[in-house]
Amino acid sequence: MVNLNTYAQNTWCPGCGNFSILTSIKLVLSSLVEEGLGLENIILVSGIGCHAKIVDYINANSFYSLHGRVVPAAEAIKIARPGTKVICFSGDGDSYGEGMEHLIFAAKRNIDITVIVHNNRVYGLTTGQYTPTSPLGYKGRSTPYGTKEHPVNPLELILASGASFLARGTSHGMEQLKNIFKEAVMHKGFSLVDVLQVCVTYYNMYEYYDKHIYELSGYNPQDYNQAFSKIREWDYNTEAPIALGVLYKKEMPSFESSFKQVKVDPLDRENKIKQVLKSFI
Amino acid sequence: MEELSVLIGGKAGFGIDTSSVIIARILNRMGYYIYIYRDYPSLIRGGHTFSLIRASNQKIGAHRNSADYLLALNQDTINLHKDKLNDDSLIIYDSNAVNLEGVADSIARNPIALTELVKQESPSEIMRNTCIIGSFCKAADIKWGILEEVLRSAIDKELDLNLKIARKGYEIPAQVKKIPELNNPALSIITGNEAVSLGLIKAGLDTFIAYPMTPSSGILHSLAQKGSDFGLKVIHPESEIAVILMALGVSYVGEKVAVATSGGGFCLMTEGVSFSGMSELPLVIVLGQRTGPSTGLPTYTGQTELHFALNAGHGEFSRFIVAPGDAQEAYYWSAIALNISTKYQIPSIILTDKTMAEGAYSFNLDEIKEIKNQEFLPWDKKGPYKRYLDTESGISPLVTVPQKDTVVKINSYEHDEYGITTEESALTKKMADKRLRKEKYLLEDLENYPSVGVYGKLDAQEAIICWGSNKGVCTEAAQKLGLKVIHLVVLWPFPLKQFQDALKGVNKTYSIENNATAQLAVLLKRFNINIDQYILKYDGRPFTAEEIERQLEAHG
Repeated sequence: MVNLNTYAQNTWCPGCGNFSILTSIKLVLSSLVEEGLGLENIILVSGIGCHAKIVDYINANSFYSLHGRVVPAAEAIKIARPGTKVICFSGDGDSYGEGMEHLIFAAKRNIDITVIVHNNRVYGLTTGQYTPTSPLGYKGRSTPYGTKEHPVNPLELILASGASFLARGTSHGMEQLKNIFKEAVMHKGFSLVDVLQVCVTYYNMYEYYDKHIYELSGYNPQDYNQAFSKIREWDYNTEAPIALGVLYKKEMPSFESSFKQVKVDPLDRENKIKQVLKSFI
Repeated sequence: MEELSVLIGGKAGFGIDTSSVIIARILNRMGYYIYIYRDYPSLIRGGHTFSLIRASNQKIGAHRNSADYLLALNQDTINLHKDKLNDDSLIIYDSNAVNLEGVADSIARNPIALTELVKQESPSEIMRNTCIIGSFCKAADIKWGILEEVLRSAIDKELDLNLKIARKGYEIPAQVKKIPELNNPALSIITGNEAVSLGLIKAGLDTFIAYPMTPSSGILHSLAQKGSDFGLKVIHPESEIAVILMALGVSYVGEKVAVATSGGGFCLMTEGVSFSGMSELPLVIVLGQRTGPSTGLPTYTGQTELHFALNAGHGEFSRFIVAPGDAQEAYYWSAIALNISTKYQIPSIILTDKTMAEGAYSFNLDEIKEIKNQEFLPWDKKGPYKRYLDTESGISPLVTVPQKDTVVKINSYEHDEYGITTEESALTKKMADKRLRKEKYLLEDLENYPSVGVYGKLDAQEAIICWGSNKGVCTEAAQKLGLKVIHLVVLWPFPLKQFQDALKGVNKTYSIENNATAQLAVLLKRFNINIDQYILKYDGRPFTAEEIERQLEAHG
């Protein structure tokens, strides 16, 4: 096991679902390094929210971005450095709210980055407001009489947007999370893992999830129509079984591979500038 | 000064722009310096659009309100521009589409049945341009060989047909108003946008990212077209927010990156500007000003974003702001802006405006000062890497990512030297000081650059103070009236020393700006410099030289 610890003091609440994501991803990163990928070739990107502190807790390259702006930074890093593994950590307020547009476009481009969404369905750091995935009627500090809007089903939306890898896990299933993360990171193309990560302070759903979740088996994630109906089985609102595992997976060309990686030396640049200027006479 | 102006007008979509470039290149090859002013509405087809090509035996950077040759493809060209005619003007027009009612009979004219003539050869109405250019060359006694050469260089579609139609226009007998050939070499004619693009490339740009917005889209178009020759990656993402965040991602791994937009897009980018300041990620932003507020007049000009650029982004951090005055300055300063961002790890803002971005200028690379290739401050590799090492200058050694055995952490939160989040009070102050200290070193550095330009009558006691694209028009007026011009190129950090040197011996000042609130004059007040008289224009149109001359004479 590679030591990936930093000196930063961990400030998540005791029992926070983020701990299992941290532990699982460290195991995955460690295994990648042990398999020969230099640690320098891993780049972590996070947004703003409780989830985002994760980059302070892992001793690897990191880009601690703005709220909702995990994805565009990560996309550009991948375009500039296609040989690296770019792993994003985001929240449901972060990427399903303020940054939803970027997520849709990254899926549309099928760019080879992994987005792990710490979906606790509540704003933690701003102390308990509803998010895009809170159920109808959720009573938070900004909606004391209950929300009047249905949640979004992020997996349905991102599948429709063109993503080539979609999975769901929970913060109660570390072994499974580890396997899903590894598969997502190794997938060539846009991958999103929706983690039902429990916020013990503002929205403790451990019991609810334990009652409803089941692991996929005998399932073919390559079948788009099957994935579509499986993803629609639970709408993040009404009572229904909640499937965990890889829901969709397909091989498709990825966006970053369309860019040529060429360096032109200064003298060559100079000569080419002169050629361009000549064409303007 | 030996000079002439050609105005060509027609409906949008009629190819006026291409025609103006062809006319400019013809005059350029006859030894004239060129400036092209473009005026067009925000629509795709229809509406009235015109270009004014001014040619002179001296360097120019402005148009005058006059047309020695008026080339009319539609009636509006006559109706809207007959005030620009003088006694010696010559009108060349499509007699199938245009009448000269209301134009004094004494003004010379060449009626050409363009619509009929072109129909015989091509169903495309756009070919009327080529035909009228042929007629213009005949009327100006320009050698066919020059016209043919320019058409061959400028037209890539249906060249033979274009040559044939141009020849038709050229063969029609016409009244002649000769344009003499001069003895100067032909230069490149490029827009401000093209100059910015090439300047950024010169300084080693790796990636360009933009969302289309007038007047900066030309940079996106030209780099998307030519970028791959320079190993450049060009990305057009979903919004200006994505643009700036992508740019910061590229910057993080150590590539040189720039973005371009206008005021509205820059509004969306401001959180990224602040992030660039906090995370010390080098970044160049081209901010092409147009008439605001809000959507405003999308295809017209203004100088209204100076204070926006000075203040954009929350929090306090170092930044560099430059407003080049013409294409050569745009080339030079775009390269320098990228170098300064690279050296100081700060955002640089290049302020252009529609006048300069889409206006075209004669461009001479040989006149541009040497531009060096700027590298990052190197890391000595002693001990673990600290992305935010606190140094005397505030500049930390910078490495590219990935780098073996090196962890690079950048952070939008306040952070320690490694980039780990902190809320500790002493560290907060220390890091704020580090970031702000860089600007002081930059200010000293700027003494080595022509941050303030001085033109006109250098010992005059009255001076015009201006910035950005008004350089050319103010210099021309000043030369005529015997005034000095002080042109601010660098706007932040404010080059006070060079500016005060320029002010020596001046006892009366005029601030000439394309805005309603005298934004430069307001900035000068921060340094206890008071302007005596404001000459402001904010109707979306740039100043013409005679307009400034008139107003100065009225005030003088």
